[in-house]
Amino acid sequence: MYSFEPNDEQKMLIDAVTRYAENDLRPSAREAEESGELPGNLIKKGWELGVLQASVPEEYGGFGEHSAVTGVLAAEAMAWGDLAGTLAVMAPSTYVMPILIGGTQEQKEKLIAPVIEAEWKPYVGAYIEPNYDFYPLEMRTKAVRKNGSYVINGEKTFVPFANAAPSLLVFADLEGTTQAFVVPADAEGLTVGEREKWLGVNALPTYSLKFDDLEVPAENRIGGDEGFDPAAIFASANTAIASMAIGVSQAALDYALPYAKEREVWGVPIAQKQSIAFMLAEMAIEIESNRLLVWEAAWKLDQGNDAAREAYLALNGTSDTAMMTTDRAVQILGGYGYIREYPVELWMRNGRGIAAFAGLAMV
Amino acid sequence: MISFEMPEKIQGARVLMETVAENMMRPVSRQLDENEHEIPWDYIEFMHTSQKAMGASGMTPGDEKQRKEKEGGEKKKRPRTGFQTLAFTVEMLSWGDVGMWLCTPGGLLGAAAVNATGTPEQKERFLTRFQGDKPVFDAMALTEPHAGSAMPAEVRTIAVRDGDEWVLNGEKIFVTAGHKALVDTDGFVVVWATIDPEAGRAGVRPFVVEAGTPGAKVTKLEEKLGIRASDTASIVLQDCRIPFENILGPAEVIEKKKKDEEGFKGAMATFDATRPLVAASALGIARATLELLKEMLEERGVTIRYGLPRSRMTNIEREVVDMETWLRSTWLLTLKSMWLADERKGNTIEASACKVKAGDVVVKITQKALDLLGPLGYSREHLLEKWFRDAKINDLYEGTGQINRLIVARRILDYSRHELN
Repeated sequence: MYSFEPNDEQKMLIDAVTRYAENDLRPSAREAEESGELPGNLIKKGWELGVLQASVPEEYGGFGEHSAVTGVLAAEAMAWGDLAGTLAVMAPSTYVMPILIGGTQEQKEKLIAPVIEAEWKPYVGAYIEPNYDFYPLEMRTKAVRKNGSYVINGEKTFVPFANAAPSLLVFADLEGTTQAFVVPADAEGLTVGEREKWLGVNALPTYSLKFDDLEVPAENRIGGDEGFDPAAIFASANTAIASMAIGVSQAALDYALPYAKEREVWGVPIAQKQSIAFMLAEMAIEIESNRLLVWEAAWKLDQGNDAAREAYLALNGTSDTAMMTTDRAVQILGGYGYIREYPVELWMRNGRGIAAFAGLAMV
Repeated sequence: MISFEMPEKIQGARVLMETVAENMMRPVSRQLDENEHEIPWDYIEFMHTSQKAMGASGMTPGDEKQRKEKEGGEKKKRPRTGFQTLAFTVEMLSWGDVGMWLCTPGGLLGAAAVNATGTPEQKERFLTRFQGDKPVFDAMALTEPHAGSAMPAEVRTIAVRDGDEWVLNGEKIFVTAGHKALVDTDGFVVVWATIDPEAGRAGVRPFVVEAGTPGAKVTKLEEKLGIRASDTASIVLQDCRIPFENILGPAEVIEKKKKDEEGFKGAMATFDATRPLVAASALGIARATLELLKEMLEERGVTIRYGLPRSRMTNIEREVVDMETWLRSTWLLTLKSMWLADERKGNTIEASACKVKAGDVVVKITQKALDLLGPLGYSREHLLEKWFRDAKINDLYEGTGQINRLIVARRILDYSRHELN
């Protein structure tokens, strides 16, 4: 049966996340963007909502079961508040999810609990590479076998909190397939670069990484000698960011719509003009139809089916939606849209990055 | 619980409709396009017979009986899926040939209006004919030469009560299947007329005019850009007398406060059900186009590599991936609006929203497919150029893209028609 209604547990989680997004993330978003720093207790509070923990089974330290659908519902609600804050709270998902999806039983038992049961700590994945045509299934970072261990060489970018990460999950090409390796922060051959500066999401501290003949033991490869199928991780990464794109888009619509009802031109609210009203209607239509692409991709992931195509279409559709809706929000606010006193210019900058952000969260 | 699992019942219907589309529609698609006003009786007879056998009909899922199952002594209700099944059916038949789909007997817009606004007695009297031995058509006559989107508010066709009868006078145009409903079969047309021209849209009512009624005459068949297998009729009503009981809804103009709602409500209830079906139909054409485009590209050695970043794709790949994204997202929105209808939840926003996007998407996809295929797309050797012509109607009927944008905008802004028009 088809159904488009979250279950009761999901609704409760959405409510809790929405409150956090509204009361915590949104009010601190502007200052965090300008100062490049998220308030310390903000991430902690978001982490305690238990979004990631709810997607990890009890035997590995969580309190639920893996559900990409629940993940995208929560991620959308959180990203409505602030994208940078959401990426910070969810950063450990890029470490935990690949292990949960592709790890051996032993790895799951050993590696997940210390992340999930503790306070938020930046265990993060290093996924994105500094190339205009970066493609996660053909990584330029290379791993090669050497005497029962793996040697990694290459570069990464956009690694959140890399300077403070206790441990990293590094994605690299091994004999033509993308694989993941646990790399402790103090590993020899690992260099954390300068803090990076971006068009948007500047509250999220990210760093470049360099690997020079970095050697890890064989047991650090996720999935053991067999490794894992990277397609599921790739789909999970695309779906997660797609859901956040919808959150950003919805925020833009929810801000522009009441503004348009208040702002007057020649004595009438601009929302009473078709040129503005139709823009808002089209924003709503794009958001809802593309949201369903995300849900379908997540549902397919949960069924254990190949969700690559759906996740890809979802990212394709939502990245366009985010750009379209945030640009229109700026347009509807006019000059106010362009000044930093209002949030929509930030959302437009964040919206532009969606396609490039894939890999900064997983569901 | 969010789910995208296709129920078995829908899977079955879909397979069946695909067989019909492939074997009965596609082979005659071109011929019907080139011989406008030819009626596809083979298809009509077949659909009539098979629908009767299945107990389903046209655009009206009707009151699907709640099948109750004994399970551990407890009665269990199965969710309704009538509207969703219909959306899949319409999509598949339009994938076959949209003009022919409009020639499907057993319940188009007229039946939908009766279903949405009629009394049980009226439903019985007008809708049971679809289960008879011969195929029967119905139609909806709303548009008049002076106004389309402004209907039914600006209806000029007048209904005057005379004892036990209504006397109708006026002219209706663009009546889909009007000729088949009034002339070729024992069907009916739902005619929108005013019982009180002073009352504005509060005075507007739908009336059922049956085939063979003196004074109801088809005066013209339009020649069109596309959907040529479907007849589009002009109907003149000249002192056309129908029984008093053929009015759908109340016979009096209600007191002032509520008056806006009454007559209008009927039309709106109808559109909430039918707009998603037009969207589904549009998406059938869009899917047909995209499939053939990919097939023709593949024959020429071009396959689409999904998953690549945009910077690594060819232009053709980007275009195709975008088309697929639009098609899928719009289909899911259409399905959601039908799911809401099955759940008996309000779906006005979604119904208009999917109609807006489907109208846009089918026009864009058919245009782009022709663009990408150059002379191959432009040639009448393939159906692509026909689908390009067929596509545009979906942005026009059941409310243009603009009217449906207006509806979505009013709803999300919480504006009345006076505040936003």
